[in-house]
Formats: sequence, structure tokens, C-alpha cells
Amino acid sequence: MRRIVLAIGLLLVGAVFAADDAGRTPRPVVERAAPGTSCLADPAFMRRNHMDLLKHQRDETVHGGVRGSGHSLKACIDCHASQKTRSVAKAETNFCVSCHSYVAVKIDCFECHTSQPRAVALQGVPK
Amino acid sequence: MSKPQERPSTARRGFLGVAAAAIGGVMLAPGIQLIEIARAAAPVPGAGTAAPGATAANPKVRWGMLIDTNKCAAGCTDCVTACNTENGLPGTTRPTDPQWIRKIEIKQIATGRVSSAPVMCQHCAEPPCVDVCPTGASFKRADGIVLVDRHSCIGCRYCVMACPYKARSFVHEDVVDQKPDVPRGKGCVEGCTLCVHRIDQGNPTTACAEACAKAGHGAILFGDLNDAASEIARRVREIHTTQLRADLKLDPGVRYHGI
Repeated sequence: MRRIVLAIGLLLVGAVFAADDAGRTPRPVVERAAPGTSCLADPAFMRRNHMDLLKHQRDETVHGGVRGSGHSLKACIDCHASQKTRSVAKAETNFCVSCHSYVAVKIDCFECHTSQPRAVALQGVPK
Repeated sequence: MSKPQERPSTARRGFLGVAAAAIGGVMLAPGIQLIEIARAAAPVPGAGTAAPGATAANPKVRWGMLIDTNKCAAGCTDCVTACNTENGLPGTTRPTDPQWIRKIEIKQIATGRVSSAPVMCQHCAEPPCVDVCPTGASFKRADGIVLVDRHSCIGCRYCVMACPYKARSFVHEDVVDQKPDVPRGKGCVEGCTLCVHRIDQGNPTTACAEACAKAGHGAILFGDLNDAASEIARRVREIHTTQLRADLKLDPGVRYHGI
């Protein structure tokens, strides 16, 4: 019995060390937001809670008609779109995709929502 | 010989009702019930910054349209084109392509009189699409606009079957380059939104009504049916208007004049 506990303990210690080893897993390259902009909350909070903010705002907008909030997906995209691709999801290194592929969480947002900022998405479209 | 089947006892049904009420309203502590805990679920920090009221759906409003078929020109499809442009629809007319508004021609068989009119989601007060939706994706907003919440739509197309106006479409193919204000994608049902994104931003009219006025017909009038001072309320008070399939008692928000 003691031996089994010891073995499990060793395994756990080993796992912790493996995770700490910075060189073994690639880190997501997070592209910087548009210069001169600041996020609604600090990055640590946003990394953990952005999905809750988005989901809350989504229901407010679709059912309640509350638009123009800073917590909307459009507001995120406006600042976080890549300077190169003008998108948050077109290339592997773009803002949303880089982290989401790292943590293996599939995002369905951009199957319906445009991944480009308003200014770009509306360009050249007759009003 | 078998015994005649017993009639179900209503007394038992009554007991079940009381039991369900007792379970539903379990008191956890004096004054605290399960439901209250659920309602008080931690609010998201910093959320809801937009001021409610100014842009939110107002329950006192009933958005609607009045279509004057005498002014609607046969062969003119400006409203359809404007809708496609505004909402980023392909505008193609294969049987599987989405279509939010269409032009129809109706002929009175007895007299031969032909009228032309656009038909779109009628934004019923009693929408059958909402009744049948298994996920609650099809819903009516507080201001009477009937919408699909694509986040919960599973694409079963029950609402397409239920709608007597053929107003709903299913998106069969991948969609790219959507409008930022009109997200839409494969696998969801969609229909006329009364340009809800424009209304929420304070725009007083829809794309189709705007295009119709621009074309010089002015056959589509958009406005608040509940506001007695509005143009649409004044018009429906003064002239005879009809609702399509009024016999179904769905009370559509879109009314027609001249048919």
C-alpha cells in the first residue's frame, strides 16, 4: 500500500516538473491589440473571464436589444484584429486563434460572426 | 371478462400538483428558496455597461409595417435588393437560398384585379414559430419583433413548417463575409428581423421601407403601432387595412392596404 502511494506521489511530482519546463511546450503568441487602445479589464481577468462577458452580452443584445456595449464581440474585434490579416481568426497567429488552438478549445463564433473590424468589413460595400 | 377501465382519479392528480409545488418551493432557510439562489447567481463583473432604456427593446412599443399595395409597383424589387444588401444575403434564388423578403402578385379571380406586394416575416403577436421551437431559439422580443437566436437554434426547421407566411429560410451553405451587425451562418434558420440592428441604433426605418421611399413608391411604412402619434398608427386608424390570413388569429404586425 505504501509503495503504491509513493509511486503515485512520484508520478505527481514528475508531472509538475514536466509542466514547469518552459521549453517543452510552445506558448501561444498573442498579438498585440491596436496601439493606443486599452482593454476593459486587465489581461489576467480577460483571459479567464472573456467568455462569460461575451455570453452575457450576447443574450443582452439578442433578446434585449442592448447594443454598443464594450463587452460585445464587435468591440473585441475592433481592437484585437491583426494588423496584417485585419482579422482575429484568419491566421494561426491571430488573436483569438493563437490561444484557442493552444488550449484546444474550439470557437464557433466566426462561423456566423465576421472576424474583421467594422471599418474593414463594411469597406467597399454600398450602403 | 375484463373489468371496465377505471377513470383516472382527479384526486391523485391534485395530490401530485401539491407535491410538485412543495418540492419546487423547498425552503432552504427562512426566506431563501432554491429559485432565489439561482436568480442571484453571481453577476458578471463589469457587465451591462450600456444604459438600459435608450437602446433596449421597449415593451411599450409594437413595431410594425403598413404596406400599401396600391403604391407597390409590379416588377419593382428594390425592397428585396435593399434587404439583401443590408443583411448580407446572397440574393440568389435557388430553392435552397435564404430569402427574407419576396415580391408576390395576387389576382382576384372574380374580377381579375392584380395587386403586387412584398411579403416578409409578419412579426405576429402570437407567432406559431415561437410556439413550436423546441429550444426556445425562436422568440418574440419585448417590442414585438420575432427573431431567431442563432446561438440556440439547432436547425430543425420546425418553425419553417409552422409559419403560414413562408417567411423563414434555412441556411444550407457556409457563409463568409457577413455584415458585422448581421451575423449569420450555416445550419440556422433565419428570417426578416425588421432591421433590428438599425432600430436598436435609433434608425427610424428599415432598409426595405427606405428603398421603397427612395424609388418614389413609398409603399412601405414602418413605425410603432402603439404610439398613437406615429404616422403608421394614424394611417391604420384612417384607412382599411388587412392582415394576411387574419383567420389564423396570429395578429401580425405587418398590415396591408388595398388587397
